[in-house]
Amino acid sequence: MMERGLVRFLFLILAVAICGAASVFQPISDSHRSAALDVFVPVDGSYKSLEEAYEALKTLEILGIDKKSDLSSATCENVVKVLALSSSTLKDALYALSLNGILKCKSGEDVPKDIVSKLQTGVKDAKLLLDFYYSVRGLVLVKEQFSGTDISLGDAEAVFRSIKALSQSDGKWRYSPNNPESSTFAAGLAFETLAGVISLAPSEIDHSLIQTLKTGITKLFDSIQKYDDGTFYFDESEGPISTTASVIRGLKSFAASESTGLNLPGEKIVGLAKFFLGVGIRGDAKDFFNQIDALACLEDNRFSVPLILSLPSSVISLTKKEPLKVKVSTVLGSKAPALSVKLAQALSSGSKGSSVINNQELKFDAESATYFLESFPKNFDVGKYTFVFEILLDESANEKAYITEAQTKVPIAATGAITIENAEIAVLDSDVGSVESQKKLDLTKDEAVSLSANHLQKLRLSFQLTTPIGHVFKPHQAFLKLKHESQVEHIFLVKTSGKKSELVLDFLGLVEKLYYLSGKYEIQLTIGDASMENSLLSNIGHIELDLPERPEKAARPPLQPTDPYSRYVPKAEISHIFRVPEKLPAKQISLVFLGLIVLPFIGFLIGLTRLGVNIKSFPSSVGAATSALLFHGGIGAVLLLYVLFWVKLDLFTTLKALSLLGVFLLFVGHRTLSHLAATSNKLKSA
Amino acid sequence: MVKSTSKDAQDLFRSLHSAYSATPTNLKIIDMYVVFAVFTALIQVAYMALVGSFPFNSFLSGVLSCVGTAVLAVCLRIQVNKENKEFKDLAPELAFADFVLCNLVLHLVIINFLG
Repeated sequence: MMERGLVRFLFLILAVAICGAASVFQPISDSHRSAALDVFVPVDGSYKSLEEAYEALKTLEILGIDKKSDLSSATCENVVKVLALSSSTLKDALYALSLNGILKCKSGEDVPKDIVSKLQTGVKDAKLLLDFYYSVRGLVLVKEQFSGTDISLGDAEAVFRSIKALSQSDGKWRYSPNNPESSTFAAGLAFETLAGVISLAPSEIDHSLIQTLKTGITKLFDSIQKYDDGTFYFDESEGPISTTASVIRGLKSFAASESTGLNLPGEKIVGLAKFFLGVGIRGDAKDFFNQIDALACLEDNRFSVPLILSLPSSVISLTKKEPLKVKVSTVLGSKAPALSVKLAQALSSGSKGSSVINNQELKFDAESATYFLESFPKNFDVGKYTFVFEILLDESANEKAYITEAQTKVPIAATGAITIENAEIAVLDSDVGSVESQKKLDLTKDEAVSLSANHLQKLRLSFQLTTPIGHVFKPHQAFLKLKHESQVEHIFLVKTSGKKSELVLDFLGLVEKLYYLSGKYEIQLTIGDASMENSLLSNIGHIELDLPERPEKAARPPLQPTDPYSRYVPKAEISHIFRVPEKLPAKQISLVFLGLIVLPFIGFLIGLTRLGVNIKSFPSSVGAATSALLFHGGIGAVLLLYVLFWVKLDLFTTLKALSLLGVFLLFVGHRTLSHLAATSNKLKSA
Repeated sequence: MVKSTSKDAQDLFRSLHSAYSATPTNLKIIDMYVVFAVFTALIQVAYMALVGSFPFNSFLSGVLSCVGTAVLAVCLRIQVNKENKEFKDLAPELAFADFVLCNLVLHLVIINFLG
């Protein structure tokens, strides 16, 4: 079930992603709601963490979906448990309180005292941004949900200042006073926290502090990024959706807590709304939650509420004569205030710049809450257009500050029935140009024309396509297919120029392309276009072609598979040719020679004993003896190192070890050998 | 004629043998070491002739180890020999130290090349 849902999301996301610079953004609709049920209702009936539960239930609440009661009660149990423990972390306390706000597990006088004192201590002791965030937001939620508590921050200005100390000049915020890394996501958290501080302050906070914060917000908006289709977003390591959602949440809280207005550039607010509407339906729970939560903040805030213009259908059919419908709503799909929609321009993709429709006001239908354009001018032809809509708000009666795009560009396709006239097919004598046989065609139905030609003649097909208003129509696809009895096919393009579409096949030049195959060829004509409502594929008939014999060197026609789907069967298996490994000698021979190698060494040892070798001059005094022993031991160690090198070590470790051993050996060897030299000198002189 | 040549050969051999017995013991040790190294090299060549030179680097490594150490032993013999006027002032211990050091470096390279 999840897999099907995910595939569906991917298709939707792809579909939205294909839209270019002029694109339509649809507000949140029932497809989002059904997707939310797939994403947010857990399979086994319980959520893995409070954070996950909060995100899921908040999204379901915003979308207006009824929560299942067993899920709510299971989550409530968890919430009550966390609020009762004094050992819950600040983060858990915040999410438990947020869930309490949605589910209303505890309310009224039943204040969780342990949690409140924990949060208040948290505010006093906090150093990191996240600690401030959890404790301040937690206290705000306690104040909202439980009556009879008088929660206010003792020294609100000091708290404000210590949070403000984490801000940076470019508008971003740091998570900790020690870590210089800053992020836009942290900025959103900071705005929410400061908004909480302002609302919990017993008296008004110094206005200059709030003013510096507003300047910081303006600076942050300078780092906003945009796509070509007019969407704006903030990007960070947490990802664009999370970061932008965090900033919007922060701005909403700040604007709500602040008495004086917050001025944000309107174009960017609309761009942010378009960003969230443009990401489609997310399969990831966190992204989905951030999208819906951000849109809910944009829907209901004190700076500006964006309005979205959308079209249920962007195709105008000239044959059906239906009006063009346009909807204006908020991002979550709620009703827009009183306004008027005007079609400023209808730019045709063909003729550059000139507009077919100018400044046409759309009528409003209160029942369906849509604006519509009933009639189109006489010279409105089929094809692709870009409609430019302008929205004029009725300023007088609004309590909220609504904002829209200056101009909304929407791609529109106009389709209609194309008339086909003067269709005829003829066989011509090439040198003279005279017509040997000619037949008139009715392309709307299949015909059974029978023609014959030899390689010295030409085949001519011509017809005229006209649009509903009488202009010449150039179709996107016009193909003529000749199919031989042996299933060999050839496709030719019919070119449109000037007044008509024509194709002339000169068989003299095509003999080689047709593989010298004489016989009966079926003729099929295909005409199609996106604007053509009556695209056609008609079998015209057949032509008997008489071509010369195939010469020796000519190409044979490719083998046509009997089953057209046989090209999709598995291909032959590839057998790779690997380098044949070298033949190694038999094991026995190698073992024999291993024994043979040892023989000279044994011979050497025997010879040594025969010579009467002795170690009499091995030093007897302790110091010299130890260095002599160490010398021999050192050489042995080096040889052992070499063996290890061959077996498993690599060159660099060996060289490192060797350098250490070598220095040692040098030192010890020098001692031993100088001692030996001294002894032999003494013997010589004595 | 044949008999005289064989008798000459025997005489030659006997005189060489007696002259050789006069050499000091330490030089005889070095000579035996050289003979041992050469024999080992010969056996390796015979093995290669028998089974083919597939891991050629290993073959080269083995043979060159024997040949190299034989060469170094010969150098040592030259330096240590008291009858050699050129190296009169060189202490034999120093020559031996050189021999040990050169052998260690040779065998490092050999082991690396052995593969």
